[in-house]
Amino acid sequence: MDFLNAFVALSNFVLIPAIAYGSQLALGALGVTLVYGILRFSNFAHGDTMAFGTMVAILATWGLQAAGVTLGPLPTALLAIPVGILGCAALVLATDRLVYRFYRAQKAVPVILVIVSMGVMFIYNGITRFIIGPDDQAFADGARFLINARQFREMTGLAEPLAIRSTQAITLVTALIVVAALFWFLNRTKTGKSMRAYSDNEDLALLSGIDPERVVRVTWIIVAGLATIAGVLYGLDKTYKPFTYFQLLLPIFAAAIVGGLGSPLGAIAGGFVIAFSEVGLTYAWKKVLTYLLPGPLEPDGLVQLLATDYKFAVSFMILVIVLLFRPTGLFRGKSV
Amino acid sequence: MGLGMSDPLHDDRGNRDRSITNPAGQGAPLPGHRGRARPAPGGPFLIGDAMTGGYGRGADILHGCTIAVDRGEIAVIVGPNGAGKSTAMKAVFGMLSLREGAVRLDGEDISALSPQDRVKKGMGFVPQTSNIFTSLSVEENLEMGAFIRDDDIRETMEQVFDLFPILREKRRQPAGELSGGQRQQVAVGRALMTKPKVLMLDEPTAGVSPIVMDELFDRIIEVARSGLPVLMVEQNARQALEIADKGYVLVQGRNAHTGTGRDLLADPDVRRSFLGG
Amino acid sequence: MTQSLRTVSVFGLVAVLILGTGVLQSWNSALLILNMGLVSAIMSLGVNLQWGFAGLFNVGVMGFVALGGLSVVLVSMPPVGEAWAAGGLRILAGLALGALSVACAVLAWTRAPRAWRGWAVAAILVAGFVLYRAVFAPGAAAVESVNAATSGYLGGLGLPVVLAWPVGGLLAAGAAWIIGKTALGLRSDYLAIATLGIAEIVIAILKNEDWLARGVKNVIGLPRPVPNEIDLQRDPGFVESAAGWGLDPTTASTLYVKAGYALLFAAVLIAVLVLAQLALRSPWGRMMRAIRDNETAARAMGKDVTRRHLQVFVLGSAICGIAGAMMTTLDGQLTPSTYQPLRYTFLIWVMVIVGGSGNNYGAVAGGFIIWFLWVQVEPMGQALMGLITAPMSDGWLKAHLLDSVQHMRLLTMGLILLLVLRFSPRGLIPER
Repeated sequence: MDFLNAFVALSNFVLIPAIAYGSQLALGALGVTLVYGILRFSNFAHGDTMAFGTMVAILATWGLQAAGVTLGPLPTALLAIPVGILGCAALVLATDRLVYRFYRAQKAVPVILVIVSMGVMFIYNGITRFIIGPDDQAFADGARFLINARQFREMTGLAEPLAIRSTQAITLVTALIVVAALFWFLNRTKTGKSMRAYSDNEDLALLSGIDPERVVRVTWIIVAGLATIAGVLYGLDKTYKPFTYFQLLLPIFAAAIVGGLGSPLGAIAGGFVIAFSEVGLTYAWKKVLTYLLPGPLEPDGLVQLLATDYKFAVSFMILVIVLLFRPTGLFRGKSV
Repeated sequence: MGLGMSDPLHDDRGNRDRSITNPAGQGAPLPGHRGRARPAPGGPFLIGDAMTGGYGRGADILHGCTIAVDRGEIAVIVGPNGAGKSTAMKAVFGMLSLREGAVRLDGEDISALSPQDRVKKGMGFVPQTSNIFTSLSVEENLEMGAFIRDDDIRETMEQVFDLFPILREKRRQPAGELSGGQRQQVAVGRALMTKPKVLMLDEPTAGVSPIVMDELFDRIIEVARSGLPVLMVEQNARQALEIADKGYVLVQGRNAHTGTGRDLLADPDVRRSFLGG
Repeated sequence: MTQSLRTVSVFGLVAVLILGTGVLQSWNSALLILNMGLVSAIMSLGVNLQWGFAGLFNVGVMGFVALGGLSVVLVSMPPVGEAWAAGGLRILAGLALGALSVACAVLAWTRAPRAWRGWAVAAILVAGFVLYRAVFAPGAAAVESVNAATSGYLGGLGLPVVLAWPVGGLLAAGAAWIIGKTALGLRSDYLAIATLGIAEIVIAILKNEDWLARGVKNVIGLPRPVPNEIDLQRDPGFVESAAGWGLDPTTASTLYVKAGYALLFAAVLIAVLVLAQLALRSPWGRMMRAIRDNETAARAMGKDVTRRHLQVFVLGSAICGIAGAMMTTLDGQLTPSTYQPLRYTFLIWVMVIVGGSGNNYGAVAGGFIIWFLWVQVEPMGQALMGLITAPMSDGWLKAHLLDSVQHMRLLTMGLILLLVLRFSPRGLIPER
């Protein structure tokens, strides 16, 4: 039995990747939940919003790299995030002005807005593929590892190596900063409180003199920011491919629903629940168990519960279980 | 409301899918007239004068109905179910479009203003239902009440806390967790935060216990004594008329009886027709 | 314009579009568009049944279409005897064990005392899973190693391929029943996300379970319900009559085969359309719409809304499954990696919305028109982009623009959907 090595293996293959992935999902789910709370529909175009913002950031990254600007050990893409957010905000604000505002003024029922967002999804998808193409794009640079396997082994003398990729550390730090800033904004500023008020009771917010159009504009800008940051972090950590971002829609929605739609805290919790289940159920536990169990009990197979390709099934199963036992989600979602 | 199933933008095909649409939906459609206030000196402080109209393109509910309140007064609108009491108050507040008649406040004709603009002109309105932000704390509810103000609101908030001391205790608690009577206090407090020139209450005692009702009435008298005119719609006609300086009995959208609260309580006609003898 | 005149003119437009393609491009392309248009129209009818009649938001059309595709392999391909011998029974036993443990778990949940039923269910599921894996995995591995390059799967039943169409419907209906039972029964309002998830799972199964349908290695050469072009070209009788029509044998054979498919598909479409119309007019259809328009009132009148919803959800999905089987038959191969939600779920939605949700004729017309545009936008875009870039000097921008034309169709579909929703939200042929 070797708890220490088992824990290192667990961290290396489960905990650290799941924390990074969970942060990315949480940021995505926050965007979905904000739109649901304020604009009152599920935005099917959210995955493609992420893809678009990330694309702008990637183009800016390439520009910076060509101009010889880098951040040293950090990826240049971090510098390009503001550009990505600007581009993404411009796109969603233009969409709102040209598309969604009409239905808001008509007080159209939410399901119409969902179908409208399908149309927007097609258009964003087309624009992104038109500009950057449907293929994988590499844009990560800087140091690859915060701690690499060899350093770790030399440092600790353990048999089991641990590698922390710099993108994983950056993801966690960025997500923490963004979430803290978002909660400060929603709970401490007048505009943030007016957003929560609008989400809670639209009619009363109007009577209090809150300008709905302003609330909606601010919401879209925040959503653009969250989507771009989530997208860039995911792209740095894994890879950028427009279709992958579209597919993220399912785990992101699952995270938002598991946490309780409309609840920002729930979105974060949901993101981590989904990420940990996905990584945990698709990981081959042989190595960890070999360290933990005495010789004769050591497993022969990989002890992988599900093939990696079934990770969508995991989001889905978690969703069903939560809906069975707690239909309103972990944090009873109602308002922003 | 006035929007039939034939309209595709408002036909949700029975869809109740919470995963894609927020069941809270969009707010109620408010008439969006954007006119200006015109000077109209003289007359009572607030008057809805000979109002005729209804919701959207529907049939008229009000027929030449007049409601007025002066400084320092409490005016109460009472009447049987379906008499158009709440409608009359909503008409004064601009939530339905008038075909005839006018609304004047403090020497200005405000008939063309939207409800939001009337709030800016000094109307404080407490709706009957959904009148607080349930997920916001008591303090945040009051802050949102003062949203249109840019000056220091702490003094007004202190005044509201002095009026409703229990709210000071529960200032950090989400308003949705409070009891029915406390919620009504939050609702009134929220409306007072704009420092309104007139306070309008739509059935403030609906669904609260008799003890709480008496307490609320005491507070409302206190507010009126401070010089703020109060216009109120009430189900509990007898208790309401007891505290009213002015009473309006509406029947089918028309003024049936008008007078001081004491006079109306004494009027045999009024007693027989709906105070129950 | 009266409703019937409108219907006639919309279908006139469909005819003009297809005939125009025949005259201007080639009859081969026209028949291609017609065939896939027929299939699209059936899918569109299925979604319209769910959305138009009952207001059920199914965003997992792709999954049901793919199940239809799977049925073609399972029904029509010849069985691979060697693979069956290697591990067929093990696989069947494994699957049976899996199903049994799920059934036991459900039984335990409903029968066992509250206090420990959670633990009981968990224990049954874990034990069931271990058993299932132990029995199933070696079987699957054995099957997959039998001639991995050419077969490596169990094969099908070797029955006529047309039988796969109703079987595809049944397969999709079964899946829809399970989803509907979970999502509609527990919490009617989480159907959308459940269908989105199940569609991805179906595709994942098709891609990964090689023993079933070879996964991403694809199954090619599926049997066809119509003669083969090559055989026709070798048939002297056919060559002679082709000459009689003034066609060379190659063209004549492709047209003949495609026309054969068109006739078969048209027969299915007409059957489904007639049934859907009868259903719409029947007391059942009236009740469905009554439930849709006012669910609360319908419940108050004692209607079992959940049960009705389940019925219509299963029926609509079955229609999508039939269409999926027909499509795979037309393609002659099952390629799981080509199933993408934009194409197989959301495009069908565009068809329904553009055609007119709640109207069967509208859904059919929408299927044809949107499919026509989906095919034709690319050449049109190419021509347009050629015109735009003509004055530009050669360089990366011009090359990039010309290269990206293929993505114009997504943009166009989104634009069409938004324009219809904005300016004609009831669609081309409105419900009433």
